[in-house]
Amino acid sequence: MPTLTAQPPHAIKPPKTPVRHDPIIECEIRKLYYGDFLAVKNSSLNIEKGKITAFIGPSGCGKSTVLRCMNRLNDIVRGFRLEGRVAMAGQDIYAANVDPVSVRRHIGMVFQQPTPFVMSVYDNVAFGLRINRDKHDLDHRVEQALKSAALWDEVKDKLKKSALSLSGGQQQRLCIARAIATQPQVLLMDEPCSALDPISTRRIEELMVELRKSYTIVIVTHNLHQAMRVADYTAFMYVDKESRSGYLVEYGETDQIFKHPAEEYTRQYVCGHFS
Amino acid sequence: MSMSPATQQEFDTQSLFYNRWKSRSLRNSLMNWVSGSIALIACLPLLSLLGMVIYRGSRALSWSSFVELPPAPMQEGGGFGNAMVGTITMVSIAALLAVPSGILTAIFLAFLGPDSKLAEAVRFVARVLSGLPSILAGVFAYAMVVLVMKSYSAFAGGVALAVLMLPIILLTAEQSMRMVQARLIEAAVGMGCTSAQVVRRVLLPTAFPGILTGVLLAVARAAGETAPLLFTALFSNYWLVQEGQLKLAEPTASLAVFIFNFSGSAFDNLVEMAWSGALILVLMILTLNLSAQLLAKKLQR
Ligand SMILES: Nc1ncnc2c1ncn2[C@@H]1O[C@H](COP(=O)(O)OP(=O)(O)O)[C@@H](O)[C@H]1O
Ligand SMILES: [Mg+2]
Repeated sequence: MPTLTAQPPHAIKPPKTPVRHDPIIECEIRKLYYGDFLAVKNSSLNIEKGKITAFIGPSGCGKSTVLRCMNRLNDIVRGFRLEGRVAMAGQDIYAANVDPVSVRRHIGMVFQQPTPFVMSVYDNVAFGLRINRDKHDLDHRVEQALKSAALWDEVKDKLKKSALSLSGGQQQRLCIARAIATQPQVLLMDEPCSALDPISTRRIEELMVELRKSYTIVIVTHNLHQAMRVADYTAFMYVDKESRSGYLVEYGETDQIFKHPAEEYTRQYVCGHFS
Repeated sequence: MSMSPATQQEFDTQSLFYNRWKSRSLRNSLMNWVSGSIALIACLPLLSLLGMVIYRGSRALSWSSFVELPPAPMQEGGGFGNAMVGTITMVSIAALLAVPSGILTAIFLAFLGPDSKLAEAVRFVARVLSGLPSILAGVFAYAMVVLVMKSYSAFAGGVALAVLMLPIILLTAEQSMRMVQARLIEAAVGMGCTSAQVVRRVLLPTAFPGILTGVLLAVARAAGETAPLLFTALFSNYWLVQEGQLKLAEPTASLAVFIFNFSGSAFDNLVEMAWSGALILVLMILTLNLSAQLLAKKLQR
């Protein structure tokens, strides 16, 4: 049996140059249920500030579930229950007096399928600012967000057009612009490229590396090459054969996970994809 | 793997061609013919009715039909302007009552508490209500409004029509809100929307075409109802606006009751006028239905 609770990155392989450990999210999931089903168990890890962390693993192992714990999006799933603790900047976000709406306003999210709202390109990007009643300098900040999402040049002449008229890749970058317009602490991305063609995928990967300068990014991906290309840290999750529950097998620096995995399951999964 | 390759059989390309005498082809064409002709036959009553209304209704139609009051039996000219105004007014009152309450209830059914006991109960009541004989809506409004206000009125007519419109609006609005993809709702929640913001900024705008279609269909249905108005608004030979005042608390004319009253008349000119009224009513309802369809198509792209 592999150890169920993965060690923080430095315990697995001491880095040559000492890294500054500065977790922005501490995630400690002991048991996570959907109704009676134990979906994820014994998975703890810290998300480092200003880095890109990737989740990999077979489908159904709970990657999206863990990601959605970080902005309390699972709260809207009926039957969801969490035993454990998720903290942002030291504050437990599941504490009784924490408003999930406020948590989500500090954390942006991008989904697998682009989710543009039925409104203009401009209104989509301004969406988060408007619901925050934060309306000063709207034009400027919409432009900044679109520029950061590498979409400005393509849409600057059709800001008033419906967002649904954009291509799939543009829609996804629009959703990224929408998510970063409010300058969240963390950007969660759940397989953001799986519905896109290789060129759009490339653009979004470049974008992530660019955004890393100002944001902490957590990405779920089924594309191991993508994890290798963009992620600083990688977490490998797997499913328990008997209980069908997902758990974190190993978490460490991306290089280490792909080149010198400590766990047998990780090695098999990674090698299976590369041989 | 070691397997001797199977010898490929000669392929009979003849089997690819049409053969209309094969039993499956026969059954297929029989089926097509039967359902096609029955569809045609089903359209006949509808088309002949429409043809008759257009033929008989257009003869006596003139400008004065729209702007004048109903004539006395032997009198020439006259029209049903007050009935048109009355229908439009009462349908508007009904819409004013039924649209907001219908949409708010639909928001609860589709989004806030879709699985609650209350939602189940409301859905059941709405379905029963949508099959309610329209005359009962009239009786209801008669008891609740006419008896209380001690007068037939446009307002009572509006209430009766609202009872008929409410379940249609409610059920279609719920349906179109349920069609909004869950991931859009999720994205809005993920942006940090409160429930109210999800509803106002994402759910309603996205479901808007469907909601609008439902409202227009409900209005079209209400505009043609006669029975509930006989109990509530009755009829009037005068304009709804008199001496600059809107007389909502007095008996009010409507196209449907106008047709009902005048078509049975012994005087030819009055019967002719009833046909013209029928034509206008049919055109109003047709326009509403068509615009509902067009809008739904256009808005949904
Ligand atoms: N809303 C839900 N209700 C019930 N079970 C769910 C729900 N979402 C996910 N699950 C279950 O939880 C497990 C993990 O799912 P998920 O996090 O989506 O996996 P991944 O993203 O790694 O493919 C799966 O077994 C899935 O069936
Ligand atoms: Mg997933």
